[in-house]
Amino acid sequence: MTMPNAEPRPAAKASDYRSDVKPIWCPGCGDHHVLMAFTRAFAQLGLPREQIAVISGIGCSSRIPAYTNCYGFHGIHGRSLALAAGLKVTRPDLTVVVASGDGDGYSIGGNHFLHACRRNIDMTYVVMDNHIYGMTKGQPSPTTEPELDTAMSPGGTGLRPFHPLVVALASGANFVARCFSGNPNETAKVLAEAIQHPGFSFVEILSPCVTFRPDERKWKDLVHPAPVAATDDPGRAARRIMTDDGFNIGVLYRGDRIPFRPAGGASVPDLSELSAEFEI
Amino acid sequence: MEKATGTVPSGVAIAFVGSGGAGALTTGNVLLEAACAAGLHGLLTRTLGPQIRGGEAAALLRLASHPVESAADRLDLLIGIDWVNAERFGAELKVGPGTLVIGDPEGTEPPPLVTASGARIMELPLTEMAKAVEGGRPNMIALGLAGRLMGLGLDQLTAAIGKFLSEKGAAAIAASCAGIEIGFSAAAGIEFGARLTLPEASESPRWLLSGNEATGLGALRGGIRFAAAYPITPATEILEWMAPNLTKVGGLLLQAEDELAAVNMIIGASYGGTPSLTATSGPGLSLMIEALGLATSAEVPIVIVDVMRGGPSTGIPTKSEQADLNIAVYGMHGDAPHLVLAPQSVGDCLFTTQWATYLAEALQAPAIVLSDQFMGQARASIERPADIAFVGKRAVAAAGSTPYKRYALAAGGVSPMAIPGTPGCQYTADGLTHTETGTPTSGAQHHLAQLDKRHDKLDGFDYGNHWATVEGSGEFAILTWGSLTGAAREACEQLAAEGIAARVISPRLLLPTRPGQMAKALEGVTRILVVEQTHGAQFHRYLRAHYDFPVRLQALNRPGPLPITAQEICRALKEGQ
Ligand SMILES: Cc1ncc(C[n+]2csc(CCOP(=O)(O)OP(=O)(O)O)c2C)c(N)n1
Ligand code: SF4
Ligand SMILES: [Mg+2]
Repeated sequence: MTMPNAEPRPAAKASDYRSDVKPIWCPGCGDHHVLMAFTRAFAQLGLPREQIAVISGIGCSSRIPAYTNCYGFHGIHGRSLALAAGLKVTRPDLTVVVASGDGDGYSIGGNHFLHACRRNIDMTYVVMDNHIYGMTKGQPSPTTEPELDTAMSPGGTGLRPFHPLVVALASGANFVARCFSGNPNETAKVLAEAIQHPGFSFVEILSPCVTFRPDERKWKDLVHPAPVAATDDPGRAARRIMTDDGFNIGVLYRGDRIPFRPAGGASVPDLSELSAEFEI
Repeated sequence: MEKATGTVPSGVAIAFVGSGGAGALTTGNVLLEAACAAGLHGLLTRTLGPQIRGGEAAALLRLASHPVESAADRLDLLIGIDWVNAERFGAELKVGPGTLVIGDPEGTEPPPLVTASGARIMELPLTEMAKAVEGGRPNMIALGLAGRLMGLGLDQLTAAIGKFLSEKGAAAIAASCAGIEIGFSAAAGIEFGARLTLPEASESPRWLLSGNEATGLGALRGGIRFAAAYPITPATEILEWMAPNLTKVGGLLLQAEDELAAVNMIIGASYGGTPSLTATSGPGLSLMIEALGLATSAEVPIVIVDVMRGGPSTGIPTKSEQADLNIAVYGMHGDAPHLVLAPQSVGDCLFTTQWATYLAEALQAPAIVLSDQFMGQARASIERPADIAFVGKRAVAAAGSTPYKRYALAAGGVSPMAIPGTPGCQYTADGLTHTETGTPTSGAQHHLAQLDKRHDKLDGFDYGNHWATVEGSGEFAILTWGSLTGAAREACEQLAAEGIAARVISPRLLLPTRPGQMAKALEGVTRILVVEQTHGAQFHRYLRAHYDFPVRLQALNRPGPLPITAQEICRALKEGQ
């Protein structure tokens, strides 16, 4: 994040961070609330809009950048973390928030997820996990339950869902949290902390797809605050997550790894020095 | 092999071969450096077996009084430091009746390509001779031999090895010098016709560098300050040269987890306002194609250098081919106008990469630079290049340009780009078809307007004379591209010596095509020979698809890794008569 100690500008309102583009999301989609949490977090931190870059891939969830009034990049499927990494290491002054979905981030973009955690660049990664491919109309994702019957997986995939939070911990993420879109205030608070936490912060937001997973409407009754406070021990955090019910909400891990060091200052005054080695 | 046509004495061609650790490449490199320090020009290409380390290696060296840009069609001197696996080089070693072959009678027999060639074979016990020196090595004997046969002095050779081994300490240098001296003495009685006359003194400042290094320098000169890449032969040297040098100028190179990441990283960095580049080879370019379409649609300038190697698939990683032309030109889905450029020599890797950076930035479009293994990994001496004025400069939006439209339908098609941090110009870059403000749309009119915008900005730009090399005015035209330009140029000189007037046309800018300028370049032509290093005649087909020609095209195409030589081009032109 950019300005850990900057005074929040009192004038900032969540609506300042909303563009006038109307979301394409279905009514009731959890992503509406995620957008709300984004803008509230930005307002809480009082970040100048032009200093924020929201970077995404492809999917319903990935449509979020244009709905903010920040700089945005709606890139290609699965590659948002890489695009954001290039931006952040060359523009450390920007606050970079990456938005993704469970297909975008864990399937096609899975490899970048591992390496983004490992690289620990100072940015925030938000995955709106609805356990389904929403945009392509209901195929299983890496977090879909094995028994979910879909047109592309009749009778279910039979595959064990992926544990993104544990993968993040094992790969070196510096901050790990789980949120529920239905609690935008709490989500905003966690997002604000994630943005301020140095290094790579990973926030998984359970965000129901009411159209292809109407059963996820009941998530609001299942979620509950994490029973214990966040730990700074990645092994302990991973064990807790492996054995929890998947619905405990809150900051689960805060690490203190030193973030990636971005580009520095020049040490040669002019380029002709670089070619001295070629002189005969 | 056939005798040289006997017209242009194109310097001397030497090869050193040896198994891994024999030091063939070192020998070639040091001889090149000694010759260049003595005022000669040279080109060193290398060819390697498939082993990671310890495989057979050959250093192919051409030395002359003028800059050298192409492969020789014959060898004047071949020294086998040893002959282990030397038969694998096959036709890459052009041994013939005019070649003097020197090899060690101990150890592996010379391969049939040597014994059946009619070459003059001389046996010298290199290994035994090296034993006279504590820590002596046969390749230093070979260096002394070859150096003297070229006409170099002993002090010139020892100075070069001293420089080369400066970090290895005095003992290593002394042993090498002693070995060189033994070889030098042994060369005294050897008859060798191709000896060079050394120039008086070199008048103009010169450089010795590889095409990959020249590419890196061109990138930095053009303004590149960020690179992200995944290692791949034969492009890695670009990255290894750029990593420390980018740091010196306040930039950064990031090793990505794969090429998908690399290209997206540079798109992100460029979106943030930093001119950015990646370098790769065919397999990596294949992975980058989807993101190239994104850069086209979102109008983000990036430079992708593809150092071509044999394909398809993993192909021949260590050897050259020109067969990535199709993917570079046609690889993307949708209508995706972009820039494709090709350097024409080691030295031109600098200019073309710098120009590509300039164009990408000016036109807010991706540029693919098609280099190849031949020039990328070759080392050559060049006249010191001028510091040219092409430094990337993009049109940026000023704070508060309201209402800001990132993809405004501006005259010329280039719309000012707001760099994040600029107040009041926040927008979302998008690969979805968008309106002028960047908002996604599926409307036909916006689709057409933006397709037109992106087409027109590239097509309407004035690329000047750099679009191609057009030399000579003969009725015969040799139409080629990339690293074969040097061979075409040499063929023209040979034909001129025989009284045949030919011209070379070699487009440096492959996309967008320049039909008007091509028509002018072709005025008065009665015969056209298209020369390229592909199996599928990709360049020939590209030319026929995009240009009109006054006469039928004659094709000379062959896949890698064998380079096409000037003599082959001359023959093909004459045969077609
Ligand atoms: C390379 C590529 N493959 C496939 C697609 C099609 N596609 C678009 S979105 C998507 C899945 C998105 O799922 P998720 O990331 O979970 O986002 P959601 O829509 O659920 O928010 C797919 C497969 C694409 N756009 N690009
Ligand atoms: S399909 Fe699902 S994820 Fe997509 S907008 Fe509709 S409810 Fe949301
Ligand atoms: Mg999803």
